[in-house]
Amino acid sequence: MTPEVANHWYPVGMCSGIHGAQATQLLGQSITLGKTGGQFWVRDAGGKALPVIERFGHLWTSPGQPNRDLFTIPEAETPGRRLVDCGSVRVKCSPLRAVENFLDIAHFPFVHTDILGAEPHTEVERYDVDIREEVDEVWATKVKFFQPQAAKSAEGGITTEYMYRVPAPTCAVLYKTCPPRPGEWDVITLFVQPLTEELCEVWPWMALYDDDTPMADLVSFQQMIFMQDRSILENQIPRKLPLDPGMEVPTQADLTSIAYRRWLKRTGYTYGAQVVAA
Amino acid sequence: MILYDYVLSASCYKVRLMAALLGVRLEVKAVNFHPARDHKSAEMLRLNPQGTLPVLVDGDLVLTQSANMLRHLARQNAPQWLGEASGQIDPWLDFAGELNASLGMARLHDVLGFDADIVQVRRDGIRQLRKMEAHLAEQRFAGMGFLAGVAPTIADIACFPNTALAPDGGVSLDPYPSIRLWMRAIRSVPGFVEMPGIHRLHELAPAPERSR
Repeated sequence: MTPEVANHWYPVGMCSGIHGAQATQLLGQSITLGKTGGQFWVRDAGGKALPVIERFGHLWTSPGQPNRDLFTIPEAETPGRRLVDCGSVRVKCSPLRAVENFLDIAHFPFVHTDILGAEPHTEVERYDVDIREEVDEVWATKVKFFQPQAAKSAEGGITTEYMYRVPAPTCAVLYKTCPPRPGEWDVITLFVQPLTEELCEVWPWMALYDDDTPMADLVSFQQMIFMQDRSILENQIPRKLPLDPGMEVPTQADLTSIAYRRWLKRTGYTYGAQVVAA
Repeated sequence: MILYDYVLSASCYKVRLMAALLGVRLEVKAVNFHPARDHKSAEMLRLNPQGTLPVLVDGDLVLTQSANMLRHLARQNAPQWLGEASGQIDPWLDFAGELNASLGMARLHDVLGFDADIVQVRRDGIRQLRKMEAHLAEQRFAGMGFLAGVAPTIADIACFPNTALAPDGGVSLDPYPSIRLWMRAIRSVPGFVEMPGIHRLHELAPAPERSR
């Protein structure tokens, strides 16, 4: 495992779901994690303690030596938000494919029909994408899309505005128009734990302004959306995400994906990636 | 009628699908099965001591077995869905239970990380799919598209979800052409609703016109 891959923070569990010791995998290596005397811990296969961070309702660790703190999401810390633990879903796909799918808007009308999109409203209008060098993150802004039922709290179709942020190679944050509070953003994240290069545990998490919808409905909505993606993700070919242009032909709607791949390549993040041009 | 529901559960979907096909409106109450395990909460255990989902409440009646829910919905709204003879239907309702224990468990293992003997449950599921494939092929030779006749019954609705979701548990449906045609027939029944992992039937595009 190269330092470019090892030196990141990775989600390995949901804090509220960790009680005794449990085994899982990270980047193809066995690890154990648990909670003793109120303290979370993670150990590698040799029994060595790995660093831990508790943030966004999840436990994070790193098999390497991260040279910076785990990213923060200041918007998620404003008071009055409901923090929604969504659990995890296991998907047989590259962790990078899972992130890339989360960044894609064009599939909404076809995969999340009548929820996040609907025909004939299939056009993805031009939006802005940049790799922000000063923070080393990928951002897409001014993304707009027509959605029949954008969120559990949305009634009827609205044009939703989005911002996408990739603060770490296997994590993505979505900022989305908040129906009950115009001017604020709902925060929806996808934290991906790479079990292997072609298998991942996906931990969605949300910080929403929604005082009315029961928690179970919020979780159901998120799980429904993600499970609609799962069968698509498991059938994508090639299995690993190609970082070089070759067999896949991008369109204008794929600007975020292009920037994401370019950024991964530039930073040497190759876990779950197909590096050799096809 | 109130359905205590989990959106990813194949058994809950059976009831939502049956109600939709019959035009029955259900009041759906989402239960946080994963990750919160609210189906084992005190409130849910009072309603259903077995702690399983779905639970269907109709007035004073509380049903906890999905097969009984299908019977109840059909009996009250459209008895033709009960089939001509219960002898043709009941074995398939039992079979649906076996599918839930095999393909259903493989799916829970692969998606939500449930403990299971994954090799064994997949093997059981494949044996059952082969049995269903053989039966549906025989039915087609006799001019019947469904498990118990020319029209769909509760037997089809009971067996459909775990069959269609088999790929979620790592079991391919490619080897079963009769099953795939049967699934297509169910998806084309008016009123059909999808669930995550089971897509609605998209209209076939018209054939492209030939250029001269």
